[in-house]
Amino acid sequence: MEYTSREMMTIVAAREIKNGDIVFCGTGISMLAAMAAKNINAPESVIFFETGSIDARLEELPLAVADPRVMYWASSNSGLLDAFATMQNRITGEHVIGILGAAQIDKFGNINSTVIGNYYKPRTRFSGSGGACDVASFVPRSIIFMQQEKRKFVNKVDYLTSPGHLTGNDGRRKAGLPPGGPELVITNMAVMRFDDTTKEMYLAGYYPGITKETVLENMEFDVDVSQAEEVEPPTASELTILREKCDPQRLIL
Amino acid sequence: MNVRPDKVMTLKEAIAEYVKDGSHISIGGFTTTRNPMAAVYEIIRRKVKNLHLYVHSNGPAVDELIGGGCVSKIEIAYGGSGKFAATCIRFKKAVQEATIEIEDYTNYQMTLRFLAGAMGLPFLPTRSSFGTDIINTWGFSKEARKNDPKIPDKKLVVMDSPFGNWMDAEKVVLVPAIQTDVTIIHVQKADKQGTGRIEGLTFADVEQAKSAKHLILTCEELVDTGDLRAAPDQNQIPFIHVDAVVHVPHGAYPTACHYYYDYDPVYLNDYAKAARDEKLFEEYLEKYVYGVKGQEELIALVGKERIQAIAADPHTGYAKNLKRN
Repeated sequence: MEYTSREMMTIVAAREIKNGDIVFCGTGISMLAAMAAKNINAPESVIFFETGSIDARLEELPLAVADPRVMYWASSNSGLLDAFATMQNRITGEHVIGILGAAQIDKFGNINSTVIGNYYKPRTRFSGSGGACDVASFVPRSIIFMQQEKRKFVNKVDYLTSPGHLTGNDGRRKAGLPPGGPELVITNMAVMRFDDTTKEMYLAGYYPGITKETVLENMEFDVDVSQAEEVEPPTASELTILREKCDPQRLIL
Repeated sequence: MNVRPDKVMTLKEAIAEYVKDGSHISIGGFTTTRNPMAAVYEIIRRKVKNLHLYVHSNGPAVDELIGGGCVSKIEIAYGGSGKFAATCIRFKKAVQEATIEIEDYTNYQMTLRFLAGAMGLPFLPTRSSFGTDIINTWGFSKEARKNDPKIPDKKLVVMDSPFGNWMDAEKVVLVPAIQTDVTIIHVQKADKQGTGRIEGLTFADVEQAKSAKHLILTCEELVDTGDLRAAPDQNQIPFIHVDAVVHVPHGAYPTACHYYYDYDPVYLNDYAKAARDEKLFEEYLEKYVYGVKGQEELIALVGKERIQAIAADPHTGYAKNLKRN
């Protein structure tokens, strides 16, 4: 079955979500990945929004994390204070997996969603952190969606919005952050993970039809590619559920 | 603090009374839901200038206030309108051209800052943002802070926890309280004294409401006191905080109001198109903001068909199968 790179990215993320995970979703593809996981491989995962909605029944795809569609049939609708407490709570917080996106990323998974250029007169202004820096600070695991481009995988981000592994090794602990940080980066070409000790990014997988060299050509910094394997493409049944159940109106796909 | 039994005003009266040039103001809602849009349009029509605006994640309200030329400084976590504008368009332009001053925080930090204001504390601690530019890069300089008694001398402060390593946290980030001159939120139901009820997610509206010197509630329905007092556990806003109650049906339009109406994808898409072009944006303001006297005329201008299309289904609280492309 034919598929787009967006569908591939969504399914790769969904496969990382397990039963019992509390999935923090942002806008767009991250929401779709959480819905796909819930419908395909992790029916007992819990979809959770920073706006305060827990385990809503997403009968239609929300277009923002405050969309009234996230309020329907929720276990509880509260507000931001409660949502960010859930991420830090020493019992529930351990199970939260964050899904984020950004304009720039460095080799330690630090991301920028604020500005390109000078902060005070930027070449491009983006939305800003929202809750991304909070979730990146608090939770033990996160997934970052990126477009594979040289100007996006950079030696140094123009503005460090949300912490990854900061300077690597135990940089998070030294700075004062709880343990955790990004676990994987999913792009339109590949999947990267982080070394257990140095916390440096390495290439873990590349998509069918993409070579390791192509991935490297689309990054400003080099990464270890020795462990990289071809990623399984989405199955027909995964694609059918994604298209027909999660986004029938093609709002994100 | 206001215990008058009847605080009902027109929107014109409430905005004229409480929103002045240079006011420090916060507005409720989150991205495309429950922005107090009718109040925002009235502020633009009055040509209020130099507002210092505080929000966490806001969309159309922030963008229109900036586009309308009302804002000179903003403290914000996120400016976006979901699928309709990943980054708010007039906000983006104003920051890129440095026509407004901006200082970035996170959503949780802004919420804690409102909470600190509501609690009367100078600051609250969090573990968010260590090692980031949220801490390292200040939008407002030390000098500017010294010269403005309404903002704190520092942005964020990192300190060792005075409790050692209790709860495995050696350090904390201190976020300073916000106290606004006026906060405006849109609620589903209020009575004439100002007891208010929000349905669906409350976001940080309650903290924003209570951190203000003056609070304006706009409401979908002005109801009898008994309707709210019969179920007080469902009311989040006690009247003591409220200064003005304004009855504005469709007061959050074109953003959503749970159980009443959805966001209007047509309006938000048309707005996004207009906001990208100077001439089209001027025409937009002329027609939809300056060209109407208030929300009732705006709704009439948009027309019955579109208003019916976004009417909320009573079971789910949103407009099912609404065309949202």
